[in-house]
Amino acid sequence: MHRTRPAPRCWIGTTFALLAFTLSIPGYAKVLHEERSVYTRIIVEDERNLRCLKFTLVRENSRQTCMDRNNPQRLVFDYAKMTLSALLLKPDPKRILIIGLGGGTLPMALRDILPSTVIDTVEIDEAVVRVAKRFFDFAEDDQNRVYVQDARVFGKRAALRGEQYDLIILDAFDGEYIPEHLMTIEFLGEMRDLLSDDGVLVANTFASSKLYDYESATYAEAFGGFLNFRLPTSGNRVILVPQAKLHIDARTPLDRKNLRANADALEVPMAPYDIPLKRYVGTLLSLSGQKPDWNSRIRPLTDQFSPANVLQSQ
Amino acid sequence: MVLLIHILAFCGGFVIMSMELLGGRILAPYFGSGVYVWGSIITVFMLSLSLGYLLGGRLSVNNPSLQRFAAIFALGAVLLYPLILFAEPVMEFIFLRIEDPRYGSLMASAFLFILPTVILGMISPYSVRLLVTKVEESGQVAGTLYFVSTLGSAIGTLMTSFYFILWFEVNTVLTLLTVVLLMVAGVAMLAARRPSESR
Repeated sequence: MHRTRPAPRCWIGTTFALLAFTLSIPGYAKVLHEERSVYTRIIVEDERNLRCLKFTLVRENSRQTCMDRNNPQRLVFDYAKMTLSALLLKPDPKRILIIGLGGGTLPMALRDILPSTVIDTVEIDEAVVRVAKRFFDFAEDDQNRVYVQDARVFGKRAALRGEQYDLIILDAFDGEYIPEHLMTIEFLGEMRDLLSDDGVLVANTFASSKLYDYESATYAEAFGGFLNFRLPTSGNRVILVPQAKLHIDARTPLDRKNLRANADALEVPMAPYDIPLKRYVGTLLSLSGQKPDWNSRIRPLTDQFSPANVLQSQ
Repeated sequence: MVLLIHILAFCGGFVIMSMELLGGRILAPYFGSGVYVWGSIITVFMLSLSLGYLLGGRLSVNNPSLQRFAAIFALGAVLLYPLILFAEPVMEFIFLRIEDPRYGSLMASAFLFILPTVILGMISPYSVRLLVTKVEESGQVAGTLYFVSTLGSAIGTLMTSFYFILWFEVNTVLTLLTVVLLMVAGVAMLAARRPSESR
């Protein structure tokens, strides 16, 4: 059950903290829920019409998920839209694996867009699952299941069971702490092995910090190449790997006609989500064949060498 | 001789904590990085050290010598090195047989870390025995040794988590730890052979 925190004893400190916090961001944010889970600090707050999930109080950019309370289907952040552009590459995935639940925005949107698709989400923190259900309208059903597990353990067990997914979404990283064992060549290899033959892998990752180079080098090493989707409006970048299971030379080049047809087919079910699919078609085409914008001499991350958090803080 | 034993105790503390910290990285690919993984590792290390203290104290009763002290380090090195060679197959074996990652990580930590940690745990009581000559000073000798070896542990933890993981691969660090143990064991052996330096 949910635990709400008892009234703070030190009200002066709390008042100052709240005051400083309120002043640091535009608008007044009302904290609805706050809890310290085994893994992180979870805060749910309302600010005007936005309800946001945060994993820390310190930095404003630590917002994980936001929901527009007047229009719950609107995707508030560009990265969520960018992530869903993966459907242009694979418009009819039968089974989807999502690593990292957050507020449950992605699984709920996909559940709605693709009514016959099975979606498995892996989330390590049980408290996050509870919060997603209570504050962000996330709901499980037969086709939309959450596994409270470490993604690495889930992946290895799923491989033993012979499971296959047509779309894998990696969304396990927040700006504060990175599960380092989920950012290595070996992990990406395990995810690739879970994909069906023309399955797509998409990862929501960082655009800034020294980690950008390392992470890019790691994905390049694991997949040969990828579409590096960045938008000036977003602090995130999204990595898309079409036909990730195949060797890069064996992949079918992106085809404008094909992508357009997929965009048309998705237009009706995706309409409420306000995703500029037609524009993304052009973006994805322009991304294929793009030269790396990272230092490609950098050492990729492996299970043996994975100082992601040290690099992130540098 | 006194200085040498303190240096050895320092290195022992350093190696134990460096190895413990790497334990988390070694287990993560199979058992994740959940809080239970650290729980397993710390449990196994504490249990192993407690056993090591018991055995080290027991061993120090009969014919304590610098040679035997050196042999503890050499044995520790010999038992630490297989981590590089066998960690993967051991973890895979356990992963396939134990579904629950809590017990899986506990079992894997036990298989991987008990032997070297028990042996390295013998260092502390044995070094106390080598240095104590009078009952009155026993507390002070033990205190200084705990100070030095725990300082070694602190520095081992810091160096590994701040720098080694940034500079080296996990297996490289394990190799370095093995080399350190062998080197100090060698130095202690040499010192033991020179009667002028012994008590």
